[in-house]
Amino acid sequence: MGESSFVFPNDLHAPWSIMIVLYPYITGLVAGAFVVSALYHVFHQDVLKPVARLALVTALCFCAFATTPLLLHLHHPERAFNIMITPSVTSAMAGFGFIYNFYMLLLAVEVWLVFRPDIVERANSRTGLVGLFYRVLSLGTREITPGARAVDEWLIRALAIVGIPAACVLHGYVGFLFGAIKANPWWSTALMPVVFLVSAVVSGIAALIVLYLFLCWRRRVAPDADCVRALSRYLWISLTVAVSLEMLELVHMGYESGAEWHILSTLIREQLAVSYGLVQLLIGSVGPFVILLFAIRPRLNPRMMTFCSGLASVLVLVQVLAMRWNVVVGGQLFSKSFRGFVEYTVPIGGREGWIAAGVVMTLPLAALFVAGKLLPLWTDCEHATQRADQPKPDGPLVRHGTTMTILELHQTSDTIAKEKTIT
Amino acid sequence: MNYELSILNNDAERGTSVNGTTCQNRSGCDGCREAEETSSRRRFLQKATTIVFGSLSLTLLPVSAGEQTDDNPADGSDGDSENQANLGSTDHNNDAEVVFGFLVDTEKCIGSGKCLTACRIENDVPEGFARTWVERFVHFKDGRVQVDLVPETGFSGSGLPTIDPDDVERAYFVPKLCNQCVDAPCNQVCPVHAAFTSPEGVELVDPERCIGCAYCVQACPYGARFINPETNNADKCTWCYHRIMRDEQPACVEACPVDARVFGRLDDPTSELSRRIAEIPTHVLKEHLGTHPKLRYVGISSEVT
Repeated sequence: MGESSFVFPNDLHAPWSIMIVLYPYITGLVAGAFVVSALYHVFHQDVLKPVARLALVTALCFCAFATTPLLLHLHHPERAFNIMITPSVTSAMAGFGFIYNFYMLLLAVEVWLVFRPDIVERANSRTGLVGLFYRVLSLGTREITPGARAVDEWLIRALAIVGIPAACVLHGYVGFLFGAIKANPWWSTALMPVVFLVSAVVSGIAALIVLYLFLCWRRRVAPDADCVRALSRYLWISLTVAVSLEMLELVHMGYESGAEWHILSTLIREQLAVSYGLVQLLIGSVGPFVILLFAIRPRLNPRMMTFCSGLASVLVLVQVLAMRWNVVVGGQLFSKSFRGFVEYTVPIGGREGWIAAGVVMTLPLAALFVAGKLLPLWTDCEHATQRADQPKPDGPLVRHGTTMTILELHQTSDTIAKEKTIT
Repeated sequence: MNYELSILNNDAERGTSVNGTTCQNRSGCDGCREAEETSSRRRFLQKATTIVFGSLSLTLLPVSAGEQTDDNPADGSDGDSENQANLGSTDHNNDAEVVFGFLVDTEKCIGSGKCLTACRIENDVPEGFARTWVERFVHFKDGRVQVDLVPETGFSGSGLPTIDPDDVERAYFVPKLCNQCVDAPCNQVCPVHAAFTSPEGVELVDPERCIGCAYCVQACPYGARFINPETNNADKCTWCYHRIMRDEQPACVEACPVDARVFGRLDDPTSELSRRIAEIPTHVLKEHLGTHPKLRYVGISSEVT
């Protein structure tokens, strides 16, 4: 039956903008990065040690700015705290303030505990304003005895254990916000929280690979090949699960062919042809799937492996962003009359424009840059894989404040020699 | 809180003793140092715990306060009239037996558009948005269905495409407005109690609480809500709550030249609304969603969404 296009008058204005695309994107990066740090702290995946600190600080920096797009989106940002002062128990959104603050607190405490020895060391050694800053940051406890550290380690592990379900709640909840809207057939599916959760892990791992490789390049240090390979393996597995779930959702909708399928199929074929078909599925899913499959082969040249992993990770980050776009914006491109489509264009300026979106995505990275200046993101084991063509440090290598042993130096030389042979 | 402080003080005192005996060595033995570290750590953890639980308990206080104010309709109006707040405290409003309903007879509607103008003037609805609108459904003989938006100037005004009557199987006008659902999704999803139900079952918006998140706009299956660009609050049809609480008819009902819109009390079996609903088969929109609208339609087919 042929039907004309008709849009409800209030549906002409998409109420959720690019800021609501960025919000789940940022929380996804937080949840994913935390999961990587938990793999190290809880599941003892020691191969991830080089990125364990980076993962935690990345999660904290992105989490600190997770509310920025929401505040830019709210039409009454000055009333934002109403969500915590007068929350409605029937609203899925009302949980945000509590879940977010709990998670932020957990992250902050865990980061503090992980970096406590460094903070204390700097509080004791630095003077002036810098010293004062670290003394304040030490919160008055400066014991770094083995006993104290044992307690710290226990707490770090406990927080990481609590943090895993918290991360799942944080991002599964974001998916639930959409999945629980029965008015919108593009959103209303029980799979939505799971899809959001798994894609969060995907984006977090991909972001860490990109950040790690970029920061290694900036520091002129060779990335830890084993770590990158392990991350790539996790990325490939989680990407496979995420895309499978996304496809399962789509196939299920199409196979059922419910009353609204006619509008959804047109949405996918026409309105979202580029952002869904080309970017999310082809470039962002199939591309990294194949590249990562190639990259995680054990005998692959480390340089080629890191290049492929980096490329695949960038594509994955684009895929997840496209997925958020397709869900959030895609769900508003058709009217609830199910008879017509509307257009959404992002303005350049304004609170919810491209420039603001760029600033929102830059702020966490700027925070990460500052955090990198204040706290040591890198564990010294990376010196072991310092690029062979780099000038060797003059003094003895230092690990956790102690001089490396002769045996360790020999091991370091062996590693460099091995890398030379491989490359 | 005092109890917690006393615990903190006791621990601070206990911190200097090892195995029940107080160390007199000022330079500090190993056991003493360990005890001090433990004490310092415990103090820190307990302070942190106190702060966290204290903050949580503080946030809980306004929650109950918020719930209390919700029960009082005087606390909120829908944004179109400050007078609503005062009206809410009348005896009439507190009569829990009053349940309002609405009936739209599509067999009577002629698409005059007078209801649209009346609503816009009465409620100061901004251009580009609508609290109520009228759709024209045209079923062609070849099976096509065409839906158009009736302009405020009505069916005879500019805007509606001309159709050859010979091609038409049947056609009718469908006025749309808030369905005032019994199980309103907009109310359910509002995170701050800004969306609330009046004692008469009318869904309203508290203009002082709305944060403008637009979650309610997304949740309404009928497209009845929008973010008002002038107030930055969620806005919607209230069945002219400020009028009906004065025993007046909603503006659209009063303006309708053919009585296609019928407003009345569902709890009164003698009202025209109750009588007509009892006599004629009526339908609700998107029944499968389980929202249980109090807005009912006469003469619509399944094409109407």
